[in-house]
Amino acid sequence: MSIFTEYKNKLPRKILNEVKEYTKGMSEAKIKKVLAATMEEYENTKVEPGECVGVVSAESIGEPGTQMTLNTFHFAGVAEMNVTMGLPRIIEILDGRSNLKTPMMEIYLKAPYSQGKDIRKIALSIKETLLNEVVSEFMINIAENSIELRMNNEKMKELGLTENNIISSIKSGIKGYNIRSSKEAIVLKSKTKEETINKVYIDKEKIKKIHLSGVKGISQVLPVRRGEEYIIITSGTNLKAILELDYVDSTRTTTNDIFEIQKILGVEAARQSIINEVFKVIESQGLDVDIRHIMLVADTMCNSGEVKGITRYGVVSQKSSVLARASFETPIRHIIGAALIGEEDKLTSVVENVMLNQPVPVGTGLPDLVTQVKK
Amino acid sequence: MTEVYINSKFAGYIDEPRLFIEKIKEERRKNKLDHNVNVYYDTKSDTVQIEHGKGRARRPLIVVKESQPLLTEKHIKQLEKDEISWSDLIKQGIIEYIDAAEEENCYTAFFDSELTPEHTHLEITPLSMLGLATSLVPYGNFNQSTRLNAGSKNQKQALGFYVSNFAVRMDMDVNLLHEPQIPIVQTIVHEISDYDKHPAGQNIVVAIMSYKGYNMEDAIILNNGSIQRGLARNSYYRPSIAEELRYAGGLVDEVSVPDKDVKGYKSEKDYRFLEGDGIIYPEAKVKESDVIIGKTSPPRFLSSLDEYNLASSTRRESSVSVKHGEKGVVDFVLITENEEGNKLVQVRVRDERTPEVGDKFTSRHGQKGVVGLIVPEGDLPFSASGIRPDLIFSPHGIPSRMTISHLIELVGGKVGALNSRYINGTTFDAEPEEKLRKELLGLGFRENGTETLYDGETGEQYQAKIYIGNMYYLKLKHMVANKLHSRARGPIQLLTRQPTEGRAKEGGLRLGEMEKDTFVAHGASLLLKERFDSDKTTVPVCEECGLIAVRDEFKNKSYCPICGDNAEISFIEISYAFKLILDEFKSLCVYPKLYLKSKY
Repeated sequence: MSIFTEYKNKLPRKILNEVKEYTKGMSEAKIKKVLAATMEEYENTKVEPGECVGVVSAESIGEPGTQMTLNTFHFAGVAEMNVTMGLPRIIEILDGRSNLKTPMMEIYLKAPYSQGKDIRKIALSIKETLLNEVVSEFMINIAENSIELRMNNEKMKELGLTENNIISSIKSGIKGYNIRSSKEAIVLKSKTKEETINKVYIDKEKIKKIHLSGVKGISQVLPVRRGEEYIIITSGTNLKAILELDYVDSTRTTTNDIFEIQKILGVEAARQSIINEVFKVIESQGLDVDIRHIMLVADTMCNSGEVKGITRYGVVSQKSSVLARASFETPIRHIIGAALIGEEDKLTSVVENVMLNQPVPVGTGLPDLVTQVKK
Repeated sequence: MTEVYINSKFAGYIDEPRLFIEKIKEERRKNKLDHNVNVYYDTKSDTVQIEHGKGRARRPLIVVKESQPLLTEKHIKQLEKDEISWSDLIKQGIIEYIDAAEEENCYTAFFDSELTPEHTHLEITPLSMLGLATSLVPYGNFNQSTRLNAGSKNQKQALGFYVSNFAVRMDMDVNLLHEPQIPIVQTIVHEISDYDKHPAGQNIVVAIMSYKGYNMEDAIILNNGSIQRGLARNSYYRPSIAEELRYAGGLVDEVSVPDKDVKGYKSEKDYRFLEGDGIIYPEAKVKESDVIIGKTSPPRFLSSLDEYNLASSTRRESSVSVKHGEKGVVDFVLITENEEGNKLVQVRVRDERTPEVGDKFTSRHGQKGVVGLIVPEGDLPFSASGIRPDLIFSPHGIPSRMTISHLIELVGGKVGALNSRYINGTTFDAEPEEKLRKELLGLGFRENGTETLYDGETGEQYQAKIYIGNMYYLKLKHMVANKLHSRARGPIQLLTRQPTEGRAKEGGLRLGEMEKDTFVAHGASLLLKERFDSDKTTVPVCEECGLIAVRDEFKNKSYCPICGDNAEISFIEISYAFKLILDEFKSLCVYPKLYLKSKY
């Protein structure tokens, strides 16, 4: 196999393996010919120097994107859970928004559970339960300055909670109250006597949000069958807490919150997540965009070491040219900023040169004279 | 206890609201109460609302009792004989006017065949669900509602006979169709609305077939012979207005042939049509830039005294001339006074428009299209009886739009034309298709409306039978002659030195942001530069301070206003817009310094 070693670093392994498969049983001279032809073809496929890949990517995503706007609302609400899809989701990702409209996780499970063992129980244990879900009625006793909670026993049994669990949760959730359980109710009595009704009312609203069980942030769970196994789809995300659970397959479990991924798994994972999420939307719309265009966008968003949106606060603010930044939203801010520190514009990119009516340094405008003509 | 309100003012309580409102209605029908009174029982708020004030939209309905309409054949006969009138029916309580509130308590049937014991009213005609323009669409009940909307929208844009005193009117931008006709396939609304007093289309022979691909994508093909015989010909009228305005200091405009030494004098040729009074004569054939009304105005600024002597040399030319791209014949000249007593001159220019490629036509079924080709009459297909279509419509316009009425009108028109009668195509109440087919068969034609046609060029018989018949077609006011526009060189804006915008100003066609991106994506850097050259300028730049310097052409030297005469000054080529933005920076106290570098 000495013929192939020559190309080992010139051709990608996948192509090389394909050639190997294809040329099985051929004469050495023929294989050499095939390799040479492959090499030539491979070189031709490469992007030429000066090719404007960014604009090509923008057009390749933007053009089918115009059709997406119309398609979007057709799909609203069809999915198993309400998920932002279509153009709004793409905008959400590319703008680099940190609070998503519909945060979501896909939790993969380890072997026995992934086959459906205790799937409902696991799902329920992940779901965050707040106090107001197990309380059927909150009452304020004005005379006593106390809050009385009527419990929903059925719901408690379903979630496997006891009164003692709940009392201890409330104890850690709020201070300044004596808590005791009477028949069919939990009574919170203020320790200080001069507590105003107003304060009690505010506290009543506050204890509704006390966390009882499950993973914080997961508001809804849905076990579904995907292919051969069961997974859990959640609305609301908490990647860190979920990955710590021992029955979770941490290699495949994921969230659609790119910033959470960045925080927990790093930028590279975030980059991949951008690609996956954008591609998912484009695919779901039945559009065909080459993944390399999306990769380029993801690279642009991540190359500073953290995820930056394609907005005037994100990627655009990283541009070196004042004129280029000024040509994209809030020009005065950029001009004044540049004037304050005496910024210099080297006119190395497209927009500045269009403004000055000079050839843009791209394509045929890129080559320059290397030698200086003698005076 | 139900509250009762009269004209939204509390009046009292009653116990039995339903009986109460029934009683009021009863009294109203017996003509004991005014027919203006409407009652409404609101079950949600448990209130009775009685209204008899102004400003309520009301509509007449036939009263129904025990699933029988009170209006009988007897009444209709009496109406026909003029023995009773509409108001008699209202007095007898057969027809009553219902307002929006009372309608909530009514259960109205569209047809008397639908009547059940629950019904309280019957529509006088189901046509009342449609508006005026929409009920002008024949066989409308065979269509999708969107097509009816499109059809009525199109009719509003049709050229026709809009007023009969057009000759003495000075309407802006109007068209008159030369030979308007009333449709063969009509609805009763045509009669009711006096459509014969203001028709807006022509009955023509339509064949539904493809023709060399020139009628794809909704295009239509016209017969040149028909056009020469006057099909869809119209006149376009546009008045020009000039006023002798008065200015401060007793100065006035003057309508006259401008003197040669007036500021802004055009060429002598442009004024050639003007008569002694400075106004053009009727029937003059005018072209672009010809002056219609000669006018001069006093100078704009009276700064120095010597301009006060009003020598004609200081007056400005302000004549009204034919606009760019327009032509026509002077139709009518009107000299009068306006409200302030100033002399007012109006000249109406007429332009005859024969149909051309790009003009917009439509049937009454939302099937609009643009002329794609005008074919010499001899080349068009013909039938055994020698009929050649005036218009060829593409069959591909039918399946997706499902305008069945378009197809039925075609047979209806054919029957009507052959039997010299009008066809009633009223929506919900039309002559049935089967009847038309039978009649067509009786006239010796194929009952489905198709005919054997022969290729006009080769004389060969077409294999397919062609669906051909008569339809009412409308010419729409969007004509290419009013829209066609192109520019190579032309006027520029004063501020930016970029081309003007819009057809009226002979503007350029903008190469926008996204179009720019396509050049960039192709790497066509130098082509991009050339496309954006429209405002390029050469400016002197001081090498020392980096600001724009001054070039004095008289002294043939350049100098920098800051660094003086001896500064080194180079000329650079930039867009004028960039020079402008540099000026704006300076006005913001931002110092935009240019560093120059030799290109080579």
